[in-house]
Amino acid sequence: MSIETPDTTAEDARPVVGARNVDIVVSLLLLALALLLGWDSWRIGASWASDGPQSGYFPFYLSLMMGAASVYGIVTALLARHADEPFVTRGQFGRVMQVFVPTLAFCVLTQFLGLYVASFLLVAGFMWWIGRIALWISVLTSFLFTAVMFATFEIAFNVIMPKGPLEAAFGF
Amino acid sequence: MEAFDLLFQGFQVLLTPDRLLLMMVGLVLGIFVGVLPGLGGPNGVAILLPLTFTMDPTTAIVMLSCIYWGALFGGAITSILFNIPGEAWSVATTFDGYPMAQQGRAAEALTAAFTSSFFGSLVAVLLITFLAPRIADFALRFGPPEFFSVYLLTFCSFVGLGREARHKIVISMALGLLLAGIGMDTVSGQLRMTFGWTELFRGVNFLVAVIGLFGISEILLTMEERLALRGHPAHMNLKVVWRVWMSLPRYWWTLLRSAAIGCWLGITPGGAIAASFMSYNLAKRLDKDKESFGKGRIEGVFAPETAAHAAGTSALLPMLALGIPGSGTAAILLGGLMVWGLNPGPLLFVEHKAFVWGTIASMYLGNIVGLVLVLSTVPVFAAVLRVPFAAIAPMIVVSCAIGAYAVQNAMFDIWLMLVFGVVGYVFKKLGYPLAPLTLALVLGSRTEDAFRLSMIGAGGDLRVFWSNSLVGSITTLALVLLFWPLISHAIGKLVGVASPARGEA
Repeated sequence: MSIETPDTTAEDARPVVGARNVDIVVSLLLLALALLLGWDSWRIGASWASDGPQSGYFPFYLSLMMGAASVYGIVTALLARHADEPFVTRGQFGRVMQVFVPTLAFCVLTQFLGLYVASFLLVAGFMWWIGRIALWISVLTSFLFTAVMFATFEIAFNVIMPKGPLEAAFGF
Repeated sequence: MEAFDLLFQGFQVLLTPDRLLLMMVGLVLGIFVGVLPGLGGPNGVAILLPLTFTMDPTTAIVMLSCIYWGALFGGAITSILFNIPGEAWSVATTFDGYPMAQQGRAAEALTAAFTSSFFGSLVAVLLITFLAPRIADFALRFGPPEFFSVYLLTFCSFVGLGREARHKIVISMALGLLLAGIGMDTVSGQLRMTFGWTELFRGVNFLVAVIGLFGISEILLTMEERLALRGHPAHMNLKVVWRVWMSLPRYWWTLLRSAAIGCWLGITPGGAIAASFMSYNLAKRLDKDKESFGKGRIEGVFAPETAAHAAGTSALLPMLALGIPGSGTAAILLGGLMVWGLNPGPLLFVEHKAFVWGTIASMYLGNIVGLVLVLSTVPVFAAVLRVPFAAIAPMIVVSCAIGAYAVQNAMFDIWLMLVFGVVGYVFKKLGYPLAPLTLALVLGSRTEDAFRLSMIGAGGDLRVFWSNSLVGSITTLALVLLFWPLISHAIGKLVGVASPARGEA
């Protein structure tokens, strides 16, 4: 087979949280969202005027539907008798965080340094730190990638990206 | 034949050097996207959409649809050589495709896959060529009530025919419709669900949502599963290709049947996955030697690939003719139409003839060129899979961010993309379907507008949806589909009571 068993140690295979708990939490969040949106739609008018529904009519009843479906989801999850499956194991959670945290950092950096600098840092950093690829290969690949992106979007296709101090120094 | 004339004009529109070049670029990018784990048709098209923002609409859709064909072809490479389906509808291809590769018949399996994909597409494109103008012509007479009933039918068929838990389909769809409603209400001009937050006044752009839901979440999932790629070598040569092509006439019935299944299911939303499985199962059931399936039968590759490709292509039919996407990718292409300033719907066939027929012509040419290209470059693309994922993952993240930002030049959208990435990851793990959410996001405001315009026209009388036989039958069909699980259950009971012997058997 071409897919390795990911979690080799017992520690890695331990679940962080069960799927049923996540299901319930997500349903509760959806219910809260439904209540919030439903309330706001009620506020702007959710009744039936002489010429058809008011602005809030559709969102209000959609919220009601979503809320009802979430409650149903919570009840079925609570009543479920079969054994709970893990939502993520420790090993899996660790690997997801390995890509999520850099992505988050990339978004923050884009806000302050512009997209291209952040992109260079993300690709080089990820390859070197997570992928354990030689530093010079990582930096070179990343530089080439970012340069190609810059040439494609900024110059060839004229799609403007957020830019920071570095690009400003070069007059872009 | 009018269709031939128009198609000929379409080829004239298509055959300019820069369009042909971009077509090739689209195909190569598409195969690349299809081969990479964690990317597929919808993600690829969504991420690469910003490239087309400054092009004219015809060039743009030619390139994007070629990305789509390329992705469909590319998906077969990973399924057969690596046993990793690039898309959900490639799963059935792995059943016999991978065993063939294990037996050293990878080249044969790949040729079979590409050829049958091509055949499936061709049948679907022929269907589009002759049927789409008719449907569009017919739909020109549609008013708001008819459009609303067709939208309703689309949504109801998702709920009634979906295979996921019903309440999760309802949640996914309601969430999509609610998100589509955020921002300015187009009928009354009131602001809805913005809570005074200026960033939300624009509304949630569906492309941003799609890039997060499909692109970012897929990276998270791929990383979680930690795929280690070890594939079988494929030695493509003309002799093998020729041998498979020569054997095609023997499988004419499998090919035609699969193409028909694909076309039929492709027009209904979310059908490509069902089409590939149904076609595989039928091929297996109708065969004398059932046991040999799953051990490397070439029919086991022909059947699902033909059906999946036919479905993927015919999903564009309702998009072109009615403005209703039949698949996730079609939904994204539809979003593209709006960005390029075209109004999807039957009027396209009247007002933008060059665009429509150029698109249809590109389906023919794209599939022919794609077939040749993919047959000749398999080793190159198989090598792409040996590039470490640690290098590809961050590049995909950057491409996603570029795509999300470019839609409305808003930093807020990059954050929104990240949020949708997490939502997509959690939803996929919990079994919430993403297709209804995507569809609802695209069609939400148009559905609501159609409903409210019908209401204004009819003075708030709901009976307008049964006011003539056309709108009445579509609305009724929608309701039947919505309650289909209950109805089929009831029918099953009745039949069971009527003939207890059969009920027990």
